[in-house]
Amino acid sequence: MLARFWIERRIAWRFMVENPLQTLLISIAIAVGTAVIIFITTLMNGLQQNTINKTLGSQPHVRLEATRLYNRLPAVRDGQILQLETMRAQPLQRIDSWQALVADLDAIPQLMAVSPVVTGPALVQKGRATASVVVNGIDPQRYEKIINLPGHMVQGRFQVGSEDVLVGSELARDLGLQAGDKLRLQAGDGRTALLRVAGIFSMGVQELDTRQLYVDLKQAQTLLNLSGGITALDVKISDIFTAREWGGRLQRLTGLHVKNWMDNNSQLLNALRSQSMTTQMIRGFVGLAVGLGIASVLAVSVVQRTREVGILRAMGSTRDQILRVFLTQGAMLGAMGAVFGMAGGYGLIYLFNNFGSRLFSVSVQAEVTITALFIAIGSGILAAALPARRASRYDPAEAIRYV
Amino acid sequence: MSEVVLRLQDVNKVFEPDTPRAVHVLHDISLELHAGELTALIGPSGSGKSTLLNLMGLLDTPSSGELWIDGQATARLDDAGRTRLRAHHIGFVFQFHHLIGAFSVLDNVLMPLMLQQGKPATAQLDYARHLLDAVGLPNIEQRSAKALSGGQQQRVAIARALVGKPALLLADEPTGNLDTQTAEEVFALFEQFNRDTGCATLIVTHDPRLSARCPRVIELLDGRIVSEPGAL
Ligand SMILES: Nc1ncnc2c1ncn2[C@@H]1O[C@H](COP(=O)(O)OP(=O)(O)OP(=O)(O)O)[C@@H](O)[C@H]1O
Ligand SMILES: [Mg+2]
Repeated sequence: MLARFWIERRIAWRFMVENPLQTLLISIAIAVGTAVIIFITTLMNGLQQNTINKTLGSQPHVRLEATRLYNRLPAVRDGQILQLETMRAQPLQRIDSWQALVADLDAIPQLMAVSPVVTGPALVQKGRATASVVVNGIDPQRYEKIINLPGHMVQGRFQVGSEDVLVGSELARDLGLQAGDKLRLQAGDGRTALLRVAGIFSMGVQELDTRQLYVDLKQAQTLLNLSGGITALDVKISDIFTAREWGGRLQRLTGLHVKNWMDNNSQLLNALRSQSMTTQMIRGFVGLAVGLGIASVLAVSVVQRTREVGILRAMGSTRDQILRVFLTQGAMLGAMGAVFGMAGGYGLIYLFNNFGSRLFSVSVQAEVTITALFIAIGSGILAAALPARRASRYDPAEAIRYV
Repeated sequence: MSEVVLRLQDVNKVFEPDTPRAVHVLHDISLELHAGELTALIGPSGSGKSTLLNLMGLLDTPSSGELWIDGQATARLDDAGRTRLRAHHIGFVFQFHHLIGAFSVLDNVLMPLMLQQGKPATAQLDYARHLLDAVGLPNIEQRSAKALSGGQQQRVAIARALVGKPALLLADEPTGNLDTQTAEEVFALFEQFNRDTGCATLIVTHDPRLSARCPRVIELLDGRIVSEPGAL
């Protein structure tokens, strides 16, 4: 194949070399387009990745909770059923025999981590100050795989126990707490516990840093009067965008009430999706503009080559050969532009990472580069298609007389 | 009589037929060219010499009539079929714009071979160099074709036309653009190659001294063959 089109490639190459200014102009056009596409795509991917990472850094992918309670109403007698259930106040519901459930979920390979949680409301007392908080009883080994608390400790150690509690940085500031300080926790019905602050974390999310408080499972169960039970199971899945499907699947499997991060953050996901669409459109239009530019220059170039095409035809070249010469030229221009464009794109990304806003940094993914390369070569060939077809259909007798 | 290389039977050419601008350029042309023959095609400007040559070279198709090359009928061939015949049987030399400026002299000579089969073989390279020697252009094979004088370009074009060892060599006013001295030398090359390779050679020329040196002369007037002194 390569050996077969040797002369076509040779002619295409010589034609390009013979007209360096034109070659340079087209390459620059393709390079600019490629650079813009690489840069925009990388930037948007980075931004979205960053946003999702931030969001998922502080919440589980999927959470299983005890089944909701509903008021069941009798059906209306003459067959008109309007509503079977109405909402009802939800007391703390326990998931029983959760140990077996955890073992079952652990066996599913797509679930990277499963962590039992006991959550409920409580009041913190420190001297005369109080704050309402959410107590979380966790199994630290399992929970750190769901949310990276150890990586967000700003004081003390990541350690929970019947005496040890982790508090958020905002709460610590409000109550004047340091690692090692004591605090009193009050849950319903006069159940209280005296705890020592083992560490202070900062997730960078106001709500979490003011309200969340971590103890071990046992302590939380005692405080919330759930002896032996838990209120939720947090699950981490391997592909975050399958959270919705896994949510449905786990709901059917366990009969529990399941929430997933995608439904919880549907606004954010919508925003990301429309952002992707915008990026897609920008890329499309850049590609189109560049393609049209190449096509118009090549159209002129083909007319300039009319006589040469006539001579080649007189010497026995086929129409397909002429076609391939100009298609090859398009592909070569595309490849050449893409190489410059990659350099340009990487340069822009370097500038962004080192001299830009520095709010986040991005790195180029290989597939973005490869896609851009193929787009550049493809649009080169596509842009050359019409002019090439035209050249291949020149009447040789007329082409030779062309001055 | 030696082998018939080219035969035309009642060939007509009408440009832009069925339009008000229709021009009937060639009228019922019938002729044969034989291997080893050196023929001049003469006639006033506009008499249809180039048109006839383009038909013979399968660059154009007749409006009616039949044309055989090496015994093969061509009127009903498609573009690919005509291209194949052209590549294997016919060499061309034109008056202007003969070479491809983007290539070296040697590449220009080899172009017909490279278009057929890609990279040239050593024997073909040697033959191309031999031809360049024979047309009097040794040691310039790597020069750009653009850098040559008119006479040099025409010599390269002759070498190129011969590199595929064609049975039929067609030249449209190959000396029309050259000074008398150079025209003489180039014409001598045609005589020499006609003798050495035995290819049927047809040269369009306005120069009566050159046509006088051809054993056969075909005269065209208003698209008709008026006399064939050489055949009488
Ligand atoms: N593509 C074409 N369309 C219309 N008319 C044409 C075309 N090609 C040639 N003609 C006409 O055909 C006639 C013969 O042209 P041709 O070029 O064959 O003459 P010629 O004998 O080669 O002349 P010259 O000696 O000047 O080269 C001319 O009147 C020319 O105008
Ligand atoms: Mg002419």
